[in-house]
Amino acid sequence: MKNNLTARTVVIVVTLLICVFGIIGLPKSGADLAKNFRDNIRLGLDLKGGTHLVLEIQVQDAVKADADQTAERLKEDLKKQNVAWNSMDTPDVAKVEDADNVAITIKGIPATQSSAFRGIVSERYTPYILTALNSTDYSMKLKPTDLNDLKVDTVKRSVDTIGNRIDQLGLAEKSVQQYGKAGSKFEVLVQLPGVDDPARAKELIGTAAVLEICDVKEGPFPSKEGALAQKGGILPMGTKLVRSKPRGTQDGEQWYLVAKTPVITGREMRNARAGQDEFRKWETNFSLSQDGGRRFGRYTEANIGNKLAVVLDNQIVSVATIQSKIEDSGRITGLGSEEESVDLSRYLRSGSLPAGVQYNEERSIGPSLGADSIHQGIVAGLAGLLAVVAVMLVYYKRSGVNAVLALALNTVILLAAVSYFHAVLTLPGIAGIILTIGMAVDSNVLIFERIREELRTGKSVISAVDNGFRKAWWTIVDTHVTTVVSCAFLFLFGEGPVRGFAVTLTIGLIANVFTAVFVSKTIFDYELAGRRQLTELSI
Amino acid sequence: MELFKNTNYDFLGKKWPFIIASLVLTVAGFASILMQGGLKFGIDFKGGTLMTVKFSQKPPLEKIRSAFSRSGKIKGEVSVQNFTDPQTQNEVEIGTELVNEKQLAANRQAMAEVLAATFAQPGSGKLDLNSASKDALASRLRDPLARSGVPMAEPQLQKVVADILDFRDTPPRSGLIADLGQLSSLPGVNAGIMGTLKQECYLAPYTVKKTEMVGPKVGAELQNKAVLATLYALAGMLAYIAFRFEWIYGLAAVIAVFHDTLITIGLFSIFHEEISMTVIAALLTLVGYSMNDTIVIFDRIRENLKIMRREPLESLMNKSVNQTLSRTIMSAGLTFLTVVALFIWGGPVLHTFSFALVCGITVGTYSSVFIASPIVLFWHNYTDSRKRTAPVLAAAARTDAARKSPSKAVK
Repeated sequence: MKNNLTARTVVIVVTLLICVFGIIGLPKSGADLAKNFRDNIRLGLDLKGGTHLVLEIQVQDAVKADADQTAERLKEDLKKQNVAWNSMDTPDVAKVEDADNVAITIKGIPATQSSAFRGIVSERYTPYILTALNSTDYSMKLKPTDLNDLKVDTVKRSVDTIGNRIDQLGLAEKSVQQYGKAGSKFEVLVQLPGVDDPARAKELIGTAAVLEICDVKEGPFPSKEGALAQKGGILPMGTKLVRSKPRGTQDGEQWYLVAKTPVITGREMRNARAGQDEFRKWETNFSLSQDGGRRFGRYTEANIGNKLAVVLDNQIVSVATIQSKIEDSGRITGLGSEEESVDLSRYLRSGSLPAGVQYNEERSIGPSLGADSIHQGIVAGLAGLLAVVAVMLVYYKRSGVNAVLALALNTVILLAAVSYFHAVLTLPGIAGIILTIGMAVDSNVLIFERIREELRTGKSVISAVDNGFRKAWWTIVDTHVTTVVSCAFLFLFGEGPVRGFAVTLTIGLIANVFTAVFVSKTIFDYELAGRRQLTELSI
Repeated sequence: MELFKNTNYDFLGKKWPFIIASLVLTVAGFASILMQGGLKFGIDFKGGTLMTVKFSQKPPLEKIRSAFSRSGKIKGEVSVQNFTDPQTQNEVEIGTELVNEKQLAANRQAMAEVLAATFAQPGSGKLDLNSASKDALASRLRDPLARSGVPMAEPQLQKVVADILDFRDTPPRSGLIADLGQLSSLPGVNAGIMGTLKQECYLAPYTVKKTEMVGPKVGAELQNKAVLATLYALAGMLAYIAFRFEWIYGLAAVIAVFHDTLITIGLFSIFHEEISMTVIAALLTLVGYSMNDTIVIFDRIRENLKIMRREPLESLMNKSVNQTLSRTIMSAGLTFLTVVALFIWGGPVLHTFSFALVCGITVGTYSSVFIASPIVLFWHNYTDSRKRTAPVLAAAARTDAARKSPSKAVK
């Protein structure tokens, strides 16, 4: 019994030390302690202030882009095989839900060539399903699994790109993550603690930041109207007019006529960096993905001497002449300054969002509100806690101290868990803590009332304590397991705030079984050890 | 100290007044919801834009309303509402409807512009210190400070700016400085800086404390998810209690908890409180709390069924409730104390949260005794009476019925 007691004490002290270390680390001074505490116990945006954005990735853009590229490739293949066709279109889609409806419609394949056409598609376009609309017209659609992969991948890459862009804000803490279930929801959650004006962040994220490298057909023109006038008011098929991004105070506008379908997009851009060539002139080196490199190689080989434009969000940031075939890595030379080459490499590298974004939710909480809520929350929390402690001590006297110690240890374990799991404390999380404390008090009350009942029947102090704990045990198990079961469901099916509630509550309840039963019993045993004749217990 | 020693109240005998009270509350809640044309959902669920603005004095509601209606920049209806709580009486909430996600940014911009045009001096060329961010203030002061001959290294400037804004944001200022002179007491703010501050900045009589914009899509989804998750959680609890006790106990506990939630939601409607995401967290807390309370009593009933086999169920239940009375009052009382503290001092963020818990704990505590236990009692009386009236096996059935509950409940 004695040994057992020592072992239990060791377990409790070690737990306490680990938890305290998790919360405040190894502080060297008072200021250090406060700082460690603030670093380890991080508060959510609703308490601290900051910006919370939920954006929806317009995955239909990526699906459409994939269909467009496929259509271009198919045209080339059909040309090579001498298969004739009339038209090939992919309709525009506006909503995320319509991403599943993106299809390429191919019209006017002669009936005599239908088997050749089907052969090409089934052999070279395996991710696509071909359906015949009638004897000459067809429709091509991505297979459901490939479609889903493309959507999931689009969101993943958007998360990366947005993360990179947000890095430029230079924040110590930020989080960019996929929001909701992959494949069924296409949302990204951006949280920026301490930023109360989301304008700059939104500027960085961009609304439809898409990087494309396009074939320049003609230009530059001094104005849009001038360009249109020169083309007789109508632009040639498959082209668009794009303006150059003004550089500093550079005079005049510059417009270029470029191909609507890009040669490659930011999706294929792997890396880019600024550098100097052998004549110490500034340049930007870039590298492409394998697939992009192959396409770029074919294109540049056929178009040496032509111009290419780097288009970011429908603005030309740079125009360069193709000097040789470029496959998976190339360079843009002849840049005016270091700044220009650094900027260009940043544009290329920041890549492009594979699809546009739409803001579904935006919250910004000012720092003063955060400071107020923390202040009021602490005052109210302490007042409540003090009242509970006072009542426990008055009502259960000496044994009340056990309950207070158990309660304190429970809170310490809970905070340590928040720190070790790198969780943040939000308002719903605090709701979970309040319920935990409520149930912790309840467990102690249950046990104490049971001990009192046992004492009333005339049992000795030691057996009353033992029986009290034993009889209250199953009640505590039942109440706790029921709540943990409900937390599991809340965690599985709930989202955001509901999950935060479930997590803190579960941790709190597990800690409570440890503190209210194990720790409290150990303290009782400690007091009663070697005092078998004791007839009165302060309870 | 012991308050409830060996009590022997006839709780189940007094169940009807409480059941009727519950029914009245539920009906009143529903009536109130119907009369107001549905529940008052917060922005989290219905979508829209909501701005919390703090003024230096009592906010001129009419002026704000007319400014918004005159501007015509904002699509949809604009609501302007003040708080009655003494801590927040200088604050207003300005809300607009939201029809479409694409309007989020436009509405926010328009609201900020209308406020600035009405109460601030956007034309003065000076920076409003009450709404300035760190970056804005630092870049505003950098050059003028250098020009006016106050030498300052960048880290030093950043520190002074951070100190000024921290001063502004901590209580009792809480985001609003009334007079630039207040800043002169700050360490590091010398006469030169004060001069530059006065020359470059002014103080608008308001500050935006919080802006929230939720698209209708997010709102609808959040609502569905929260309701679904709660229903699944209730089903899970029912299953666990059915496994540990008898299925009727599980059902009774879930009905009691459901009853608590309904009444609390009804009270929200009666008191014109909004249902926000925070309220959902509070409702979840109350479900957990009420369930805990019910199980403690059921547990005692189960235990007593083992030792008092001859006792009729009703008096056995009464005994169980009396035995646990002391713990019920203590636990409920202590939790109530904490929640009341939150309600009084917790501030506006915790206001609806603690309101839900104050209602919920009161209802949740009595529902364990007067709703959950009677349901189990009714069911057992019903099955027993059916067995008694069965003619052939009457004698056998009776002993069987008396034993039925213990043997099944013991498991």
